[in-house]
Amino acid sequence: MKNNVGREISDEILNSTNHKPFETTEIGHPTVHYTGHNVRVTKGDDKLVDSLDQVIKDNLKDGMTISFHHHFRNGDYVFNMVMDKIIKMGYKDLTLAPSSLTGVMNDKVIEAIKAGTITNITSSGMRGSLGEAVSHGLLKNPVIFRSHGNRARSIENGNIKIDVAFLGVPNSDRMGNANGMNGESALGSLGYALVDAQYANKVVLLTDTIVDYPNTPASIKQTQVDYVVKVDKVGDPDRIGSGATRFTKDPKELKIAKMVNDVIVNSPYFKNNFSFQTGTGGASLAVTRFLRQSMLDNDIKASFTCGGTTSPIVKLLEEGLVKKVMDVQDFDKGAASSMKSNPGQTEIDGSWYADPDNKGAMVDQLDIAILSALEIDTDFNVNVLTGSNGVIRGAVGGHQDAGTAKMTIISAPLTRGRIATVVPAVNSITTPGSSIDVLVTEVGVAVNPARKDLIEAFKKAPSIPLVSIEELQKRAEGIVGKPKPIEYTDRTVALVEYRDGTLIDEVKQIKD
Amino acid sequence: MEERLRRTMMFVPGNNAGMVKDAGIYGADSIMFDLEDSVSMSEKDAARMLVYEALQTQDYGDSELVVRVNGIDTPYFKNDVYAMVKAGIEVVRLPKVESAQMMLDLVKVVEEAEKKFDRKPGSTHVMAAIESAKGVLNAPEIAASTDRMIGLALSAEDYTTDMKTHRYPDGAELEFARNMILHAARAAGIAAFDTVFTNMNDIEGFQRETEHIHELGFDGKSLVNPRQIDWVNKVYEPTKKEIENALDVEAAIEEAHQKGSGVISMNGQMVDRPVVLRAQRVIRLAKASNLINEEGEYIEK
Repeated sequence: MKNNVGREISDEILNSTNHKPFETTEIGHPTVHYTGHNVRVTKGDDKLVDSLDQVIKDNLKDGMTISFHHHFRNGDYVFNMVMDKIIKMGYKDLTLAPSSLTGVMNDKVIEAIKAGTITNITSSGMRGSLGEAVSHGLLKNPVIFRSHGNRARSIENGNIKIDVAFLGVPNSDRMGNANGMNGESALGSLGYALVDAQYANKVVLLTDTIVDYPNTPASIKQTQVDYVVKVDKVGDPDRIGSGATRFTKDPKELKIAKMVNDVIVNSPYFKNNFSFQTGTGGASLAVTRFLRQSMLDNDIKASFTCGGTTSPIVKLLEEGLVKKVMDVQDFDKGAASSMKSNPGQTEIDGSWYADPDNKGAMVDQLDIAILSALEIDTDFNVNVLTGSNGVIRGAVGGHQDAGTAKMTIISAPLTRGRIATVVPAVNSITTPGSSIDVLVTEVGVAVNPARKDLIEAFKKAPSIPLVSIEELQKRAEGIVGKPKPIEYTDRTVALVEYRDGTLIDEVKQIKD
Repeated sequence: MEERLRRTMMFVPGNNAGMVKDAGIYGADSIMFDLEDSVSMSEKDAARMLVYEALQTQDYGDSELVVRVNGIDTPYFKNDVYAMVKAGIEVVRLPKVESAQMMLDLVKVVEEAEKKFDRKPGSTHVMAAIESAKGVLNAPEIAASTDRMIGLALSAEDYTTDMKTHRYPDGAELEFARNMILHAARAAGIAAFDTVFTNMNDIEGFQRETEHIHELGFDGKSLVNPRQIDWVNKVYEPTKKEIENALDVEAAIEEAHQKGSGVISMNGQMVDRPVVLRAQRVIRLAKASNLINEEGEYIEK
């Protein structure tokens, strides 16, 4: 059957995976049930251990679900250390449920799939060799891609039942009080890992720095932790955010960023106490720089930013232009290390940030979100997951979640090399067009026709070149031409959930 | 010849496909595709073909399209001119011009090409880059050499070498050339373009130089980087007072038209031609700077 954004979802998948097809971005007010978890009662004197092998042996069984976080990003040592032992110990049929998978984990995941250790994966995304391998059919069961908010939701309602969470932390005391802001490998916010700590049956902390008891502030608390394993090193602090904070000099990125800023400034949301979320990447960071100047010029301050945090955002906090940074993860070393000295840089967990099934998340209060896209189609549907060759190479991240902001802006170049960004139909849908309001490219700004109010507002600003998204698509096609369709097999290699758990798309295996 | 804004003339290396493709997005008043110095000998033909194709297929909006061809004494010159005229280029810029005769030689080839490729006779304009002492001294005759001329541009790198000096922060070494070229251009009723500023890290120096040439009366500057466009436009942006005054003059012109009167008066005083011309220029600049809205009113930024 076709879901509400026109994507073919096979009945077989709907039945076998117990999914419903995507219908709407409206969540409504359902009453949902949160799951419980097991607690092995202890006074805690036996928590601190040296042998990771023993912890795995005592707690892990074939068929279980294990989780990790990705807050160390490409500087992560924990994932490979733990997975390596699990593979060598011969475990089979595990479900891997990390908050996301970064490039440094790729080889180990592929090895684990080949060994039969991992047979199911749910993640925010995957890139590089792992994305290639999965798109070519390496994993038996389809990967389930979930947004950060949806992951929190799925852990709460039991769709993801974590048996053992292996959580790397830059510091902990012997009882498991830990935070992300102190220590040599400080990563800032432990946001996504906090949900695992709260709901997993077993919580194993791995740290290279044991501090005096009691350790405060404790983001992860002793009441949640079963084991504290001392290891040599949890991460490489220099690679936690390498390359993420460069200030672009690329004139095209600057042009786009300036237009995004013009859109914000001329929107009805640019007023005192507004809120916003930006991402990483050159253009996004440049937007922050332009926005800073506009806030100074117009004497406007923001009440909060949320989502992933970067150094330029922290700078706004320190200058008093932003009152609170609601921080679920940190994208660079600067932002990671500033949390301990900035009371306004507040750690929030994945549920507080973006969960659609709770009593109100930060994204529900968000005015403006600036997001990116690999592709966007003429219905404003966005793909951030699969490349123009159909191969998985991205992450849902918080895209669907922040997309619920009052004004969601996609900033993207019209073309990248010989590949069109604005297309007749996206390769796979991550975020439905109904939650996207504005597309900013270097050649013009397209507003979702449903947002007549924004069209009227931007018409009054001569610096905003308004065009239709169809014109942008034609212009892109005029430059790069029409690509040949990608050939797929019938086999589904990944499911893309919308943030409410319904199926928004399927990703098929690439024909070799 | 129609007067148009020429604040920014952006250099685009003719052999760089990405830059040629994106040249139209930055709002440059003029885009100058370069077939000369930025293209190595081995890429001359490829660059010519690339620019030719781009001119057929890419959308460069309202920008005036200029191409810098290789010098008259090079083997590429004639092919460059033929290909660009065939592609419908608006302006051919000739480098290292030292005499009116060089412009006449260029015009001869342009005329041949217009005939050969069925272009409207006289539709291709030309401009001269002045890069030597001789060129500067002959600027008046070069500026007046042909009806096709739209402007003179100073090219300081070669010029300062010829003068046995180099670029200095205060620009004293260019003062004579700048004034000579500017006067020659104004006397002939054509545009004057200042030289490029290549140090992208010295934003203050760029600003200072742009303010200086704006004060002298240059139409604009040649640019090496799209990021410089906004910086130039900012210097050329008219003030609120200038815009409001220009809008008043425009209203007075309109009123005179309505009355069928040849005399324009404002606040009881006659408005003479220089005032009208300046007002029209201010309005053009204000529109280009997004300082006037659809209803023709000044908007605060």
